[in-house]
Amino acid sequence: MATFRDLLNEAKQQIDEVDTATAEQLVADGALLLDVREADEFEQGAVPGSVFIPRGHLEGQVEGRLTDKAAKVVVMCAGGVRSAFAARTLGELGYTDVVSMAGGFNKWKDEGRDWRRPEVLSPEQRNRYHRHLLLPEVGEEGQQKLLGAKVLLLGAGGLGSPAALYLAAAGVGTIGIVDMDVVDDSNLQRQILHNVDRVGDRKVDSAKKTLTLLNPDVNVITFDVRLDASNMEEIISGFDVVVDGADNFPVRYMLNDASVKLGIPVVHGSIFRFEGHITVFDPRNGPTYRDLLPEPPPPELAPSCAEAGVLGVLPGIVGSIQALEAIKLLLGLGDSLVGRYLTFDANEMSFREYKIRQDPSNQITYENRDRIQVVELEGHCMPAPLAAPAG
Amino acid sequence: MTVKIRIPTTLRPLTGGESEVEVEATTVAEAFDALEAAHPGFRERLYDESGNLRRFVNVFVADDDVRYLEGAATAVPEGETISIIPAVAGG
Repeated sequence: MATFRDLLNEAKQQIDEVDTATAEQLVADGALLLDVREADEFEQGAVPGSVFIPRGHLEGQVEGRLTDKAAKVVVMCAGGVRSAFAARTLGELGYTDVVSMAGGFNKWKDEGRDWRRPEVLSPEQRNRYHRHLLLPEVGEEGQQKLLGAKVLLLGAGGLGSPAALYLAAAGVGTIGIVDMDVVDDSNLQRQILHNVDRVGDRKVDSAKKTLTLLNPDVNVITFDVRLDASNMEEIISGFDVVVDGADNFPVRYMLNDASVKLGIPVVHGSIFRFEGHITVFDPRNGPTYRDLLPEPPPPELAPSCAEAGVLGVLPGIVGSIQALEAIKLLLGLGDSLVGRYLTFDANEMSFREYKIRQDPSNQITYENRDRIQVVELEGHCMPAPLAAPAG
Repeated sequence: MTVKIRIPTTLRPLTGGESEVEVEATTVAEAFDALEAAHPGFRERLYDESGNLRRFVNVFVADDDVRYLEGAATAVPEGETISIIPAVAGG
């Protein structure tokens, strides 16, 4: 019968150990630091950037979190015992370049190396976001990112309603809403943020009530204003992503010019009768609204939903896709709709996708951001000429 | 050669509600001529006074924007789909 000592000695013979100084250097060179302590230890203090999988969950979770089995991994625990066993386990699972850090976090901390108390979810949050935490692609780190994220919704109407509800439910920590309308009976066919008790209320107030009841973690910032050239930049700056659910061309072009100037990605959605369009404009990294659409159609060729009608469920689908794309951008997840124009036909129940490109004649680009002037737009929505270069 | 043209919701009144029209053509321009012949009213929606494709209507052959190909002269292979995607702003 083997004792604990025997098992530890056996494990240590099968693995490589490094001291804390070497471990720090390896991590600086790109190695992944895997912390296998228990949650209460981790919450007291951890090495920034480390991946946390408690020893008890190691076999079950590691392959989902550390997908490259050839990558360099430094395993740490509190003193170097559990990490030795964990390193051996990783070897058995086929990880080929694993070392255990002798002395563990206690020695690391005593030597004055970098550590901090990680932001952790409360027990209530752990329960609320449990289905996210189960996804290795989101996890606690992703959930913290969402809680720290700021998304601005242009419009608390057909598209903004489902987008806001799902973003709030997902735990996006700050949601800004711009809308200057009041809730009308005719909105309730599709604008699911509102209800009969709120008819006559400011839409932003109704939205805030609904979102706060859904998730008190969310800080809802309301802008009960008409967007124009004087306030556009100020309102959108500071947000990580803008979800565009505006209902007219001039605001969409003004948003484009301001978002390109500030480098903020816009998740675009638009709807008409039975048809929806969705894409992502990331000015640092792909085409923008002016690349897609150098000029808007004349009003007689572009009737609004108020004139032409819209099936109530349609914005529910389009706005939900916008929320999904916003969350993907925030988490750096999957393939976004950057450069891809997605169209949805509710009658046919069909999705189609088209490539959109940067138009070389479009001057409203991130490279020209310092010279972009956001101005009031009418008619053809032509941008203001670029300002003269500074200096 | 038969090619298909996808008609967007905004222009379906011109086709009596049809979402797809088949025409005989080898280029986008020929396809739009045939579309105009079958369903008058498309030309002014698709072309400006100088005969250029309007800038607020995007035309795709398969999933490629013809603005980055050869515009209305872009060739359309047999059986391929031309999509007309007008701008909509509703929210």
